[in-house]
Parts: sequence; C-alpha cells; structure tokens
Amino acid sequence: MESVGNIILYFVIAISIIVFSVLTVTTRQILRSATYLLFVLFATALLYFQMDYEFLGAVQIAVYAGGIVVLFVFSILLTHKPGDDTPALTSHRRWLGITAAVASLALCAYAVFSFDAFGGRLMAAMPELTIDKIGHFLLSTDKLGYLLPFEAVSVLLLACIIGGVVIARKR
Amino acid sequence: MNLTLLMYLIPSLIMFGCGVYGFITRKNMIAIMISLELMLNSVDINFVVFNRYLFPGQMDGMFFTLFAIAIAAAETALALAIVINVYRAAKNVDIEQIRKLKF
Repeated sequence: MESVGNIILYFVIAISIIVFSVLTVTTRQILRSATYLLFVLFATALLYFQMDYEFLGAVQIAVYAGGIVVLFVFSILLTHKPGDDTPALTSHRRWLGITAAVASLALCAYAVFSFDAFGGRLMAAMPELTIDKIGHFLLSTDKLGYLLPFEAVSVLLLACIIGGVVIARKR
Repeated sequence: MNLTLLMYLIPSLIMFGCGVYGFITRKNMIAIMISLELMLNSVDINFVVFNRYLFPGQMDGMFFTLFAIAIAAAETALALAIVINVYRAAKNVDIEQIRKLKF
C-alpha cells in the first residue's frame, strides 16, 4: 500500500505528461510547442525524483530543460517571425499520422498488457544510491563498469562541438 | 491502491504515440525535432522504470538513460545547427519547400 502523497504525485505526473505531450504535437504555434515540451521534461524529472534517482532527475533538468529547450527556443526565434501560425494540416497527412500513431500504440499496448509476468510488480526497497557510488560505477574498469562508454561520450561531445562550429559558421 | 510497473508504462506509451504523430504530421523542421525529443524521452522513462522495479540493486538502466540524455543533447545541437544553415540558404525551414536535395 502506497502513501496517499505518492499516489497524488503519480497522478499529477501522469496527467501532466499525457496532456502536455498531446499539446506539444497539436498546437499551432511552434514557440508554445517548445514550452509544452519543457513541461513534459519537468514532469519526467519529477518522475525520476519519485523513483529515488535524484542524480538522474537533476541531470534531466540541467541538460534537457536548461540546455536543449533553450537551444530550441533560440533556433525558433532565429528562424521564425513571432506570432505566425503554422498552416492547417491537410486531412490526408493528418490521417496518415493518426494511423501510424494508433498502430504503433496498439502494438506496444498489446505487448505490454499481454505479457503480465511483471506488469503488477510493486516497487521494492532500493539500497541508497549515493553520489560516490554513482561516481565509482561510472569510472570503474570492472566487468560492469562504464568507463568505456563514458570516454566514448566525451569524444562524441567533442566531435559534436567541432561539427556544430563547422556547420553553423558563416563562410 | 498500489502503484504498479504498468501504471508508469502508460504515460510513456502515450508520449511515444504523440511523438510518432508529430513526427509524421509536422512540416516544420524544428517541430519534427521536438517530436523526436518526445520519443527519446519516453524511451528514457521506460529504462528507468524497468530498472527501478525489476532490478532495484543495479544501476544499468539509470546509466543507459544518462548516456541517452548526453547523446540526445549532442544530436539536438548538431541538428539545430543544420536547420539554421538550411534557413540561411533557403530562408525557410518548411520541409515541403526545401526540395533541392530531392530526386
């Protein structure tokens, strides 16, 4: 039996994720779409906090809300005049989108609901996840350590910085 | 009332469906990127939820999400640089108007 606060928090998270993701893809103004995306990302961070992954929630807020959404807003303001709506969708395109979305949803929902080996599982107690544990795990060279992906990501970020400068620079 | 694993999968499922819908129907390049972020985010939620419910002593799902966030940030930065470059060349970010690379 969960505490009442946890259940209320779950419903706040779930409803805001659902409502704001629908609004993100249906609104006509692109700047509003980016703002609704920000709310979805905040709700996701809240979900990580509820799952006791505090570090992950902090990373989600710092990288997604602080980095990616700001990048989106800047590029929207660079490429759009403020206040112009996107034109209405043609119906054939909307039906194509709805068909693809419903088909993929139905497939995933069938997979999730038919395989009930873990569906009713409850949250078990977790050993406390301290930040030095995460650091040791991230930089260990043991069998299950994550040093190699860590270094690979650092090379990827360097390549991304150079690529971004090369692509976006004025010639 | 208990919070089961299934209850956390439903919002992420709907988020993924919204991402697919937006990816197909949107005509603006930046809006397509936003839909892509929705899909990536729903996959991250699934990783974390499965890790927390099925293997609470391990941290692999959390690290997969951590690296997925880093890669998503890199990918978004590069894609937006490309979008701004396309805008500079074509004065437009509408995928129906940019047809020079087609055919």
